[in-house]
Amino acid sequence: MTTELRTPPRVSGGLSRRADRALRRASGAARGRRLLRHVLLILAAVVMLYPVLWMVAASLRPTDEIFRDPSLMLDDVDLSNYSDGWSALSHPFGVYLLNSMIVVIGSILGNLVSCSLAAYAFARLDFRGKRVWFAIMLVSIMLPVHVVIVPQYFIYSELHWVNTFIPLILPKLLATDAFFIFLMVQFIRGIPRQLDEAARIDGCGHLRIFAQVLLPLMVPALATTAIFTFIWVWSDFFTQLIFLTKPEKYTVPLAIRAFMDVSSGTNWGPMFAMSVVSLVPVFLVFLIGQRFLVRGIATTGGK
Amino acid sequence: MSAIGELRALSRRSGRDGPRVRHRDNRAAYLFLLPWFAGLLFVTAVPMLASLYFSFTKFNLLQPPRFIGLDNFTRMFHDERLWAALRVTFTYVLVSVPLQLILALLLAVVLNEGVRGLAIYRSVFYLPSLIGGSAAIAILWKQIFGAEGLVNHVLAFFGVPGESWVANPSTALSTLITLGVWTFGAPMVIFLAALRQIPAEYLEAAEMDGAGRVRRFWSIVVPLLTPIIFFNLVLQIIGAFQSFTQAYIVSGGTGGPADSTLFYTLYLYTSGFANLDMGYASALAWLLVVIIGAFTAVNFWASKSWVFYDD
Repeated sequence: MTTELRTPPRVSGGLSRRADRALRRASGAARGRRLLRHVLLILAAVVMLYPVLWMVAASLRPTDEIFRDPSLMLDDVDLSNYSDGWSALSHPFGVYLLNSMIVVIGSILGNLVSCSLAAYAFARLDFRGKRVWFAIMLVSIMLPVHVVIVPQYFIYSELHWVNTFIPLILPKLLATDAFFIFLMVQFIRGIPRQLDEAARIDGCGHLRIFAQVLLPLMVPALATTAIFTFIWVWSDFFTQLIFLTKPEKYTVPLAIRAFMDVSSGTNWGPMFAMSVVSLVPVFLVFLIGQRFLVRGIATTGGK
Repeated sequence: MSAIGELRALSRRSGRDGPRVRHRDNRAAYLFLLPWFAGLLFVTAVPMLASLYFSFTKFNLLQPPRFIGLDNFTRMFHDERLWAALRVTFTYVLVSVPLQLILALLLAVVLNEGVRGLAIYRSVFYLPSLIGGSAAIAILWKQIFGAEGLVNHVLAFFGVPGESWVANPSTALSTLITLGVWTFGAPMVIFLAALRQIPAEYLEAAEMDGAGRVRRFWSIVVPLLTPIIFFNLVLQIIGAFQSFTQAYIVSGGTGGPADSTLFYTLYLYTSGFANLDMGYASALAWLLVVIIGAFTAVNFWASKSWVFYDD
């Protein structure tokens, strides 16, 4: 794949002048193509990121200027959109950030514990019906949430759990994000079995093998799980829209939506400012966890 | 191996565990799987069956469900909005997924040619797929494609006048398709990882035999990538059918203008949670499962003729 990038070997004296010139021209063409490729890639990258960068710039401008200025240039930085947006809804925006944080952290803990337990069984234990259960688990990854949402809503409202975070966190404690089970099964399969067996000979039970031998080695898979859970739950809209209807329970995506209701979609400045605030955590997690994200999505083939 | 590869392997290896096989870890395994079993039963299986039952009832949450036989399903045939939703959703899936995958493959191939700064480009292209489903980006899209949005500013620079793209029924859906295509980074990363697996000798041998870049791409790279293309295709289609947030936000929850962005899930949500027509919403949910299942089955069936497995 990289063959055309390699510069031709220099053989001194052995080549005719014409061949030498041809070689030099070829490497010149290769360089030209490389340059063109970078230009096109940079252009594509700019097109991809421009809307987001522009939103950040626009959030730092007075609202009446937002529509007039498609550039990224700022004459001066105006933070008033941020203070306006923070207090534009019935509760300070910090309340929504906190609610989202609670849901996200609960979901991460739930996924880490329940999925790693199930993954250990699927990857290492020998039990009746294993293949059938494994197939069911794989199929459940692809099942749309819509087919369970109405009865779930009914059950949770009977239990008076609507407008609590339980409907959002409990399923994670019960390993319903089967994608992560699969991710961890894949990972455990790559860990040598001799480690388990050595521990078993030393008299360890399954719980200790799991907790003391495998878990420490599974840190990359656990990190991938935590990061993906963070990003997906943080921007999940559908289930949060259904289970949280009281403003004091709103999470960040619901608060963003509420902006559109309150201002009938005209107050762009504060809305952009809080949109930027809502993206900052995802961006930070992405920067910190990139390594795990790319590896996780590549090894399991993504969701 | 991907989840789909696993399923393929499982379905090919027929024959069950023999009855006399001793499963030495039964007890431990069921303990480890306890949370998952509980979730499968109470969060998935029971609600699934309940929604199957609800789909044959009239149910508004306040009164107990009343059995009405197949009425919800016969009603579908005359439901204009459902047909609109199906039209919109199929258009969205069939246009945005192929475009997204072509772009993903193209950029993966370019990036795989030993580009300097690969990690940076990969991050830049990947980031949108992490935030593309968020309410914040949907709001941004609504502005960008609005009457005075970013797109029209750019067009005005070239002297082209533009109206609001999201308020026009004939262009509103294409703004959402654009958003879908914008998130090509996730399949691109998968393609990139798969491209790395292609043995360099294959390509070198082909080059020796005089195959040019285009020929090498179509005759070696694409056939070896078909399992991954298939995998991405299946999963992106399943995901695209369930898109919700962008249509909800951009249309303000209505699916408008003139139902032109009425995604299937948005119509389902409106039926169940705005109109409290839970029986009909359950029927719609099961129709969605059938549609997604049928698409996936056809995909698997068709894959026999174009997906090339090296094993």
